[in-house]
Amino acid sequence: MPRVSAYWSVARASFRQYSTYRMATAAGVFTNSVFGLIRASILLAAIHAAGGELRGYDALQAATYVWLGQALLAPIEAFGTREISQRVHQGDVAVDLLRPTHLLGMFYAQKLGRAGFLLLARGIPPMLVGAVLTGLALPSDPLSYLVGAACLLLAITVAFLGDAMINLASFWLVETRGLSVVYMAVMNLLSGFLIPIAWFPDWLAAIARATPFPSMVQTPIDALSGRIPPIEALALLGEQTAWALVLTVAAVLMLRIGVRSLEVQGG
Amino acid sequence: MITSPTSTTDSPAAAGDAPAVVLDALRRDFAVRSRRPGSLRRERRTVRAVDDLTLTVRRGEAVGFVGANGAGKSTTIKMMTGILRPTSGSVSVLGREPVPERRHLAREIGVVFGQRSQLWWDLPLRESYRILAAMHRLTDSARERRLERLVEGLGLEEFLDRPVRQLSLGQRMRGEVAAALLHSPALVVLDEPTIGLDMVSKEGLRRFLQEDRAERGTTLFLTTHDMGDVERLCERIAVVNHGSVAFDGTITAFREHLDSPRELIVDLAEPRETLALPAGAATDAVEAEGIRHRIRFSGTALTVPALLEAIGAQASIRDLALTEPAIEDLVRQVYARGKEPARGAGPGDEPDQGPDRA
Repeated sequence: MPRVSAYWSVARASFRQYSTYRMATAAGVFTNSVFGLIRASILLAAIHAAGGELRGYDALQAATYVWLGQALLAPIEAFGTREISQRVHQGDVAVDLLRPTHLLGMFYAQKLGRAGFLLLARGIPPMLVGAVLTGLALPSDPLSYLVGAACLLLAITVAFLGDAMINLASFWLVETRGLSVVYMAVMNLLSGFLIPIAWFPDWLAAIARATPFPSMVQTPIDALSGRIPPIEALALLGEQTAWALVLTVAAVLMLRIGVRSLEVQGG
Repeated sequence: MITSPTSTTDSPAAAGDAPAVVLDALRRDFAVRSRRPGSLRRERRTVRAVDDLTLTVRRGEAVGFVGANGAGKSTTIKMMTGILRPTSGSVSVLGREPVPERRHLAREIGVVFGQRSQLWWDLPLRESYRILAAMHRLTDSARERRLERLVEGLGLEEFLDRPVRQLSLGQRMRGEVAAALLHSPALVVLDEPTIGLDMVSKEGLRRFLQEDRAERGTTLFLTTHDMGDVERLCERIAVVNHGSVAFDGTITAFREHLDSPRELIVDLAEPRETLALPAGAATDAVEAEGIRHRIRFSGTALTVPALLEAIGAQASIRDLALTEPAIEDLVRQVYARGKEPARGAGPGDEPDQGPDRA
């Protein structure tokens, strides 16, 4: 195995690369904040109509849920990526396969560097906007931040793996855009990004909980907001870890089969 | 037994003694599905891209692998690098089997695909080398030492800190070559490295590839459309046609094998109607009222000095130019003759024609 330094240097380079996209970052922060405000207004109106509390969320908790969701949007890339599938379709994957490092490892390192930057540049500003405009319910237990950070890392990992698998479908599909659109719609709903999973009808909540999607958004939000106390959040952390392992095995297998069919059929 | 090449100064000692590349009866088929107009059923047919290709490249050799588009060059390179499985036959590169050992092999070979980039598009060129060096586990000092040589040899200094996307094609190609050579690979595979480059960039690239090979004793495997590349970089040429080797030998043997006429253009100091020429040469045209004579001659029957001497005895020469047949013409001739190697030029007929076998 190549030394960690190869992955580290890729992650670092990716972080720095994204830090040069200043206009895109500013535009993203602005959009995230505006949509955060719209989403917060809708949720707050719903809670007001329900009499000040809706299935475990009061106004401040709902606002916090929205702003954390907006902050996570960019780092977990809730709208998907296309890089791997494009490289497969254009044949550039051959270059990736001729590197002495693992293809998924390389893209994961890249993702972590990118997510690191996006967390700082696109994650913190919406939280500040939220703190000023609606106020935030932040946990008092410092342990919540620690467990929350771990949940966040795993959320980014699980989201990366899900997205990577959609991208890897390009080994068999001429066009993955349709698949990607369906995946994003399902993911945005079942992850608890659009509305909290607690607000789902029971049957939908049951479906959501059987998928890795809540591990991508609902779990880190619950852990970071302290809505779920740190000890209970540890159980969620375990669930995220399990999903990360399952999806890693699935993605590695998918890549192996994909590369094999590339070797056999030609690209 | 393979003898060590005499053309190399300092061959990589640790590299073992397996030949650099052994292709044995290599075959690769592709299934192509196409829809006939008016029919809903898709037809499946098999296209044979590489057909019974056999070629051995010894360590330290430089081989030009040439052929027309679709001759099977890129398919062969993909099988050599392990991204394509042979349909039948075998490939061995630096003693390894490419497909199962692809990532191992990636440490020992450097590949440039002229049409693809291995650099990070949005990052400064320097950053790509830092990542690649980490991938290849180079120490900081080893990286700096090697990079210094590459930067100097390929003239990368002025754009080393510029993002790759801002580089011109010529600059980027030099950057790509440096990326492939950074880990000092024992085998360098170049797929159309000079495509789209102007003369100056081509020359710079060729000069450095030659220098680096002389310094390190690298094996060079090059596909190209450009005879200039082959002539400057390779001692040996293998012409592929319809997926198999139609000619394999030295460049000189290649020319002689084809015996394609060369052309000498002389400008005389005084106009002259005719020149008496030795056997094997003939005047093609007389232009500019007897000043310019175009003379066609056979490379095997006549040497240039002999021809010049004969002309110089009759008139004083003011200027001259010698044109070589283009590789396309030569390759076309090989194709026209078919697969059968001509006497004295095929690899099987004359085993000691290579420059390295004593």
